[in-house]
Amino acid sequence: MNDQHPVLECNKLCISYFVRAGEIPAVVDFDLKVMPGEAVGIVGESGCGKSTVALAIMQYLGKNGRVVSGEIKFKGQDLTTMSEEALRQLRGSKIAMIYQEPMASLNPSMRIAKQLIEVPMTHENVSASEAYERSLDMLEQVRLPDPKRIMEAYPHQISGGQQQRVVIAMALLSNPSLLLLDEPTTALDVTVEAGIVDLVSELGERFGTSMIYISHNLGLILETCDRIAVMYSGEVVEEGTVEQVFDLMRHPYTRGLFNSIPLPSADKNARPLMPIPGQLPLPHERPDGCNFGPRCDFFKEGVCDRGFIEIEPIPGQPLHRSRCRRFKEIDWDAALEKAGTSDRTNIGEVVLEVDRLKKYYEIQDDSLGALFRGGKARTVKANERLDFDAYEAQTVALVGESGCGKSTFAKVMLGLETATEGKIMLDGKEISNLPVQKRSDSLVSHLQMVFQNPFDTLNPSHTVGGQISRVIRKFGVESDPAAVKNHVMELLDTVKLSRDFYYRKPRQLSGGQKQRAGIARAFAGNPRVVVADEPVSALDVSVQAAVTQLLMDIQRDHRTTLLFISHDLSLVRYLADRVIVMYLGTIAEQGTTDEVFAPPYHPYTEALLSAVPIADTSIEKKHIVLEGDIPSAVNPPPGCPFQTRCPRKIGAICETEAPPIREFGDGHQIACHIAPDELLRTEPVIKMGAPEAVPAE
Amino acid sequence: MARLMLRRLIQMLLIMAVASLILFVIFDTDSFKKKIAVAELGGFAVSALSEDSYQNWLAEKGLNEPFLERYVTWIGDVLSGDLGHSFEKNTEVGPLLADRLANTGILAFWVFALMIPISLTLGVLAGMREGSRQDRIISFISVFTTSIPEIATAIFLTIVLALGLQWLPAKSAMTQGFDPLQLVLPVLTLVLYDFGYVARMTRASMAEVMTSQYIRTAILKGLPYRRVILGHALRNALIAPFTIIILQLNWLLSGVVVVEVFFQYNGFGKLLLEAALFGDVYVVQACTLIAVVVAVSSQIISDIGYTFLNPRIRFS
Amino acid sequence: MATLVSAEPQLSLMQRLKTPRALVILIVLMWVPLMAHVMFEDMLGAFKNPVLIPAIPATLLLYFLAVRSWHESWVAVLGASLVFFWLLMAVSAPFLPLIDPNKPIAPFTLPFTEKNDFFFWLGTDFKGRDLLSRAIWGCQRVIVWGVTATFVAYVVGTLFGLIAGYLSGWWDEVISFLGNVLLSFPVMVLFIVILNYLGPSGFNIVIAVTFASSPAIMRIVRGLTLDIKTRDYVFAAQTRGEHPLWIMLVELLPNARGPIIVDACLRLGYTTVAITTLTFLGLGLQPPDPDWGLMIKESAQTAMLFKFSYMLVVPALSVSSLILGFNLMADGLREMSLRD
Repeated sequence: MNDQHPVLECNKLCISYFVRAGEIPAVVDFDLKVMPGEAVGIVGESGCGKSTVALAIMQYLGKNGRVVSGEIKFKGQDLTTMSEEALRQLRGSKIAMIYQEPMASLNPSMRIAKQLIEVPMTHENVSASEAYERSLDMLEQVRLPDPKRIMEAYPHQISGGQQQRVVIAMALLSNPSLLLLDEPTTALDVTVEAGIVDLVSELGERFGTSMIYISHNLGLILETCDRIAVMYSGEVVEEGTVEQVFDLMRHPYTRGLFNSIPLPSADKNARPLMPIPGQLPLPHERPDGCNFGPRCDFFKEGVCDRGFIEIEPIPGQPLHRSRCRRFKEIDWDAALEKAGTSDRTNIGEVVLEVDRLKKYYEIQDDSLGALFRGGKARTVKANERLDFDAYEAQTVALVGESGCGKSTFAKVMLGLETATEGKIMLDGKEISNLPVQKRSDSLVSHLQMVFQNPFDTLNPSHTVGGQISRVIRKFGVESDPAAVKNHVMELLDTVKLSRDFYYRKPRQLSGGQKQRAGIARAFAGNPRVVVADEPVSALDVSVQAAVTQLLMDIQRDHRTTLLFISHDLSLVRYLADRVIVMYLGTIAEQGTTDEVFAPPYHPYTEALLSAVPIADTSIEKKHIVLEGDIPSAVNPPPGCPFQTRCPRKIGAICETEAPPIREFGDGHQIACHIAPDELLRTEPVIKMGAPEAVPAE
Repeated sequence: MARLMLRRLIQMLLIMAVASLILFVIFDTDSFKKKIAVAELGGFAVSALSEDSYQNWLAEKGLNEPFLERYVTWIGDVLSGDLGHSFEKNTEVGPLLADRLANTGILAFWVFALMIPISLTLGVLAGMREGSRQDRIISFISVFTTSIPEIATAIFLTIVLALGLQWLPAKSAMTQGFDPLQLVLPVLTLVLYDFGYVARMTRASMAEVMTSQYIRTAILKGLPYRRVILGHALRNALIAPFTIIILQLNWLLSGVVVVEVFFQYNGFGKLLLEAALFGDVYVVQACTLIAVVVAVSSQIISDIGYTFLNPRIRFS
Repeated sequence: MATLVSAEPQLSLMQRLKTPRALVILIVLMWVPLMAHVMFEDMLGAFKNPVLIPAIPATLLLYFLAVRSWHESWVAVLGASLVFFWLLMAVSAPFLPLIDPNKPIAPFTLPFTEKNDFFFWLGTDFKGRDLLSRAIWGCQRVIVWGVTATFVAYVVGTLFGLIAGYLSGWWDEVISFLGNVLLSFPVMVLFIVILNYLGPSGFNIVIAVTFASSPAIMRIVRGLTLDIKTRDYVFAAQTRGEHPLWIMLVELLPNARGPIIVDACLRLGYTTVAITTLTFLGLGLQPPDPDWGLMIKESAQTAMLFKFSYMLVVPALSVSSLILGFNLMADGLREMSLRD
């Protein structure tokens, strides 16, 4: 860097929460130095203390949180000893923060103008009209369309992406020296996220603001930051420049993290993901010595399990430090131990045929009110035209952002809704108009689902065993109580849960364990087709890999057809045989995984691929940022649904006519007006750079 | 939003219609009609009424007509202000009820005038710093006062303020004309019982707002604490208590019965009870109808106010 | 494989008592005798008093369990102590060394005085009946009718709430509308109309309370149901093709129980107030058996002297303490549920 003074310096910072049970250390021995204009990323899984760090810098730890020792210096002044009034003058003017949920962060009953002009009026004593001008100007800088209208709007009247831009404008209004971003894009769709990330990097450069970017997503950190600190269980385990940490990692946890996220180079059969075994220790159950010890492949008794482990510099690499006693002994270049490769599964007969499926909803405000008004109900076009087949033992991924209609499709298939038009055939039997109540038990048992949210998937009032047994009895797999119990136990073995879990209530389970139990429940009735709706997106990165792997293993053994709904293209590329890209209820593109991830692309697929952050320094991506937000399914744009945001729009035809479906052989279909040879000429979005340090097969 | 209001209004009218129908059905049963017949014919008791004279009386009164026809006539009468005749007090129900309602109105006015500022202030103070000593004290006081039923509060206040200290009259019959001193005990009783409930609701609403993320945003914007509370928190925190306060009107109509009876205050509640015990059917019917009208209108006001205060509903 | 099946976890005696089944048995042991004692005394004949004997240990055990499991919240423990004090008085009243509550002995005797060979701790009323004995006997009817009425109102309200919330559509429209009609009657007015129509008696109080309280309960349960039914486990049950009744009772109801229990405690308080008030107004339980509302009614005219105000203070304090107990219990339970 340069010889300027750091904007922020944390030295040996320890933060604890004090609860009834006693003191819970949240962050231990935390060092951080942020130079002017520099962007530092803090990455880690839930509960690692990364958000606590941000709140400590803001000195907003709540009633029971406290900095126990160490200091946080902002331009030389220690924030921990500062008076409340001095802090207030720093907050919002010199240090500003951007939050995870933009909707919740804005006052719902106050116009945006008022929420913005407060900032300069409080900190710089300017007049209301000048503050208004500056706010308006700032809204333009964050590239919000029609800033005047937005100024007069209430937060609920604008979209999530726009709300986050307003929050960013609010933070930048007083030109802070330090900007804290706490998972600023987690609540947003991928293409909207890409726009925000782009904006943040650009503004950071233009205003020379230092940034601390907190995220669980390594790819995002790569795109936005200069340096990175990896946290695990309250401690920084490794820090350094982005290149050092990404390419020359020197801590087993960092390496485990990279091995458990699907990179474009990963393949489910040849090079499966390597999950980190075990789970995060609870703050009050941290082991002696290295917190990562119990999950580490390089754990050595007598070395890793005693005393406090200091973070040490890595010889020959300035700025790069690791909190590992054995980092010098470990052979970092050695080939990774392979987690049992497997043969590509043989794909069987066709199981599921979806033919021109259409699902429209009527939404009525209230049936009684509508009765009086005779008012028109509005129509939500959730699924416009879905056409695809799925085969036995095949994994079909449905990819798309919110509002694309993937959940509606799942509901129609499971019989909770009936189709407006079109057909769904399961083993040649038409089911699209058969509500679940009218389906036979065997048909119902053939279609099961794995859910997204681990906290919702199991009924908190009943034991795990009871809930799985119910499925077995309901579908008549077994009926004798002893046999049922035995079957449940076997299922628990299959999903690698201890048999004790039979008697446990869901609240005694971690997120990953709940998802495993949910998978056991879905497979208990020996289904033909399982719909997995974002089954791992709510889990921590290191647990995701294990659950994904488990799901795929069971699917392979049972030869089940898996419909995998996801927005995560990296994961889809890793595990799917066939990919269907959806946008606003229509299929934009479908084909085998290799076909979809290589040109020719649908312009939306292209943008989606470019938007997904990839945690690999060797990869170069084409830079495509979509304008605006996803339109509502109540009022989809005419013609091609993607025309309002399409960077390759060719003209009026896109606005008037639905695009033709162009065949590129082998079932690879793209719905687009652009001529096929034009599409074929598209450059690939992702280019692999130098091959990875991992030797190829 | 106008449509929403209209919808609510129509709903309320429907509720009124059904409620009045239910009332009419109840008071149309033989047991009630016989009571009226006895009162009008000057008999001694229902048991002494012969079936013949009852049937004659029914025919004479036009009570043999089809149900729907009588219901419509009754509604017409009610709307034109003819609420029937009180046998006990031997007077028209309309003016009698108006007089009593005015008395209860005075009572209600003072209850609200005291209760709203007290409960809102205490609720905001408690919810502002959840878990603090001031919160604990206020919360405990409000649980404590709401736990003592009106009848017990009335007793304790009477014993201390009227019988013990002799500062106030024990009864509020106002036999020598209007006396503000006689109003103190009933008002105090109602306020003491009710303020705790509203204060607790305000506290809960305020506490929820204070933990919300937009308050965190406001604090981390560097706004002075006063502005965070007055500018950001209060507006959102007072939406819920507002509706609750208006709905207390409905509760008050219940509460006044026991308080008016205990203090012998000549209001709506005492009239209703006396009529009920005496079998003064038209009075009971009229009182109930009025109570429903007041309750339903308070609901409309509360609904409109809620929509108006909450921009999320106002602009959608 | 079978050998790997782990045994059911071993539980200590305390944990065994805390299981739902044991709690239900204890509550039945306490409640059924008390209910029989008060409601069906004519049928019981000579067994009227002995029937209460199993209820006494059950009550004590339940109190012990409540204090053990709520020890984190002193508010809840205080509330439970007040409630269980009166419950214990209710089940053990026949076995306590009390003067016959209906026997006139010495009118207008002040507290802590001896007259006619009897010592009156709390004095006597205008007829000369012992107030201590009347206050203790008086809790039986309030508790039994109050709890029964609340329970019935809860069963009705919960059922309708589940149906309205889960089935939605026209079910919801109709049920909510009827609820709104009932809610537009001020509670006391509704009580007076219903009891005036049906005549004053314990069973009619149950009916009146059901009409007055179940719409509010229905609204609460409906709201909870609307929230819970969006959860994935309900979705999972639907995709299994479970019957709506199963989903309502097995998947939804157990998860709504927390807020329902808290509200039930509050509502027990309201019902106690309502019964006492109604009796005071002359529309509730009838003389001569002792009852708090009745005690107030009888003394309201005669005790208007500071010297004799104890006649009003005794029943007023009794009813207030019971209601305070219910409210504190609700408060403590809510506080504890928010902590976890």
